[in-house]
Amino acid sequence: MTLADLKPGQSACIRRIDTSKPGVVRLMVLGLTEGTMVRFEHAAIGGDPLEISVFGASISVRRQQAAFFDVAPEPAL
Amino acid sequence: MNTKTTFGVPLEQVLIRRKARISVAVIGNPNSGKSTLFNRLTGLRQSTGNYPGVTVEKHVGTTQLTACAVELIDLPGIYCLSGHSADERIAVDVLLGRIANTPKPSGLLVVVDATHLYQGLYLLEQLLEVSIPTVVAITMSDVALANGISLDIAALSKRLGGTPVCEVVAKTGKGIEQLKVALEGLPHQPQRGFPESWPQLSLAAAQLSDKSGGSIARIDIIQALLHPENPMDPKMQNLLQNKSVPEIRERLFRGQPPQAEEARHRYLWARETVQEVQQHAPAISRFGARLTRWLNQPWPATVMFFGVMVLVFQAVFSWATPIMKQIELLAAAAGLAVTERLGENAFASFVADGVIAGVGSVVIFLPQILILFLFVIILEDSGYLARAAFLMDRLMRTVGLSGQSVIPLLSSFACAVPAIMATRVIPDRRDRIATILAAPFMTCSARLPIYALLIAAFVPQQYLGVLNVQGLVLFGLYLLGIAGGLITARLLKSSALRGPKPVFMLSLPEFRWPNTPTVLIKLMDRVKVFLKRAGTVIFSVAVIVWFLAYYPRAEINSVLKSGQPSVSLPAVPAPKAANEAAALQMEQSWLGRMGRYVEPIFLPLGWDWRVSSAVIAGFPAREVVVAVMGTLYAVGSEADDASLTQKLRSATWPDGKAIFTMPMVLGLMVFYAWCLQCAATLATIRRETNSWRWPVFAWGYMTSLGYLGALVIYQAGTLIWS
Repeated sequence: MTLADLKPGQSACIRRIDTSKPGVVRLMVLGLTEGTMVRFEHAAIGGDPLEISVFGASISVRRQQAAFFDVAPEPAL
Repeated sequence: MNTKTTFGVPLEQVLIRRKARISVAVIGNPNSGKSTLFNRLTGLRQSTGNYPGVTVEKHVGTTQLTACAVELIDLPGIYCLSGHSADERIAVDVLLGRIANTPKPSGLLVVVDATHLYQGLYLLEQLLEVSIPTVVAITMSDVALANGISLDIAALSKRLGGTPVCEVVAKTGKGIEQLKVALEGLPHQPQRGFPESWPQLSLAAAQLSDKSGGSIARIDIIQALLHPENPMDPKMQNLLQNKSVPEIRERLFRGQPPQAEEARHRYLWARETVQEVQQHAPAISRFGARLTRWLNQPWPATVMFFGVMVLVFQAVFSWATPIMKQIELLAAAAGLAVTERLGENAFASFVADGVIAGVGSVVIFLPQILILFLFVIILEDSGYLARAAFLMDRLMRTVGLSGQSVIPLLSSFACAVPAIMATRVIPDRRDRIATILAAPFMTCSARLPIYALLIAAFVPQQYLGVLNVQGLVLFGLYLLGIAGGLITARLLKSSALRGPKPVFMLSLPEFRWPNTPTVLIKLMDRVKVFLKRAGTVIFSVAVIVWFLAYYPRAEINSVLKSGQPSVSLPAVPAPKAANEAAALQMEQSWLGRMGRYVEPIFLPLGWDWRVSSAVIAGFPAREVVVAVMGTLYAVGSEADDASLTQKLRSATWPDGKAIFTMPMVLGLMVFYAWCLQCAATLATIRRETNSWRWPVFAWGYMTSLGYLGALVIYQAGTLIWS
């Protein structure tokens, strides 16, 4: 499962990242690294881009890049 | 330290300004409250300039401490030292002392937002590698507390190798005194060990630094190891030729991109640190916090975005009108007083018709421009512009750009020059150029005067429900500019600037109330720029135009005499005679003669020579057009107290037909929406794209588009009208 497959409000832990893909390293510099808990807040109208929050900070990510982040989702509450 | 006295007088009472002895760079994440803290520390003792060779603004101020003064350099907000954009590069270059005329700072003030501790710690760890004395200021701790988070400051300081940490609330001034004490202690700070987050990297760099005999600093080696793609000087190249380096690289980076490994190490440490120093308390569930969370959802946010835009245009029109009326009356009264005092002569005309009418007609628009800039600054400061970028990314993709282009495009509603500079955050060169060429289409504040003048004169002051029709027309003109810009970007991105789909990522700050002093300081900067332009460029053009319209003088007396040869004709009323004399003077003046030359070009648009001359005079700076019209319609007019709008309404062709018909006015506004009349914008495009090709293209393309638009509207409109 990847970051792009989460449901709104769902949290997940990042497992593996494909660092060879464009733009991925720059997202890691903003805090999306392995072992980090992230939350998918919501998508903009049209389903893209996504708003992902890490430790209270929100980051806007396009679906295309989000798919390069493998995650282990938390069970939905 | 009870001996801080000079000749028996407590030092605090000595009223001399101490000269700054140390310079400290202020650095932090974007939206961390860095500028607010900077303003709080320096007050109005600051200056804005440019770094040599680049157009990033340099803000320097001084803060007075008990025993000395400190020079503070406010650097652009950044997330890391990796330098993807021009802003990040300049921050790194200043930190490492690579900029001419800007000495390497002797200390750092790192600003960390308590609500974004995680990302703040990442930058902080990178900065600790610079190994110069550092003080950390934690901002927004009041907001964090409301969210249920408090910080163990002592534990954080320990985690940072004993670096002093101060909690400050810049708004209320809480903690500022402690921060000043910590700044005072900067020169006496003991040497720190390596930052904890990636000691292997620090150690490897320190060993290489020893190999260079200490001539290359640890931080420079770290930067070179992490950014092998960047150019490096021969000394560094030589050092990295060392046979141990490939093995060091392999051990540190394990074949991964160096910056990815850095993020993994430092963020692992940041997570542990956040868990250790954050203490959770029950959140004070504030209504405001819940409201902003709801408003950030896609649909409410998008509706609000358009609501805010409509509000801005309504405000620009309805709020400013009373003040503008006052300025207009004042200018008219001043002109009249001058004519009465000085009588009818060249000098009186120069002052009344040239200076007062010309410059006054532009200064009238100061209130509207102030309101517009106020809104743009508030949107920027509250973090709303980044939200807009997120919401508009999908739409921007249809024209081949990304949400990243939204921020420059929105700020070009104020002025295209800073907007074109703001495109430097866009990583892809093609996207950046497409955005640069779209930016001048956005309705800038200099277009506002002509729109405001024409709308006030020719659009009825009516209401459609709660909406002011004049405000709606203005909104339509803004949409016209947006459409022009986006279509241009689309055309370019599918032809000359074709390229891969842009990658879009952006940090989304939370909504926060803008800080009043910060907003006011920024607003005053803009007012100064506007008044300076009015006092120099617009003043000079107004004077030149007055001169060309006033000379050579017609033989008015002989004209009047020969005009009334026979008493048998019905007596011509005196004002009408004066009016005819004025028209005659205007026609045979130099300006009138020049106007006749260009009139044929603009006749198909329904413009008479006066409008044509005004538009041509507006090519260096478009707001001049209003000033020129002010002067042209003021020279020799019989009713000096009539406002420019009244004069425009009554302007006629020689055959008595009105010049300003609805199709002509609409065409003129379309011309204005699309034409590139701004030398400053062209110069900025030239500098930012580093070629003449793009400014020349932008000018030719936009001018032709404006002309064609006006032509079609006037010709079609006249057909339908009649």
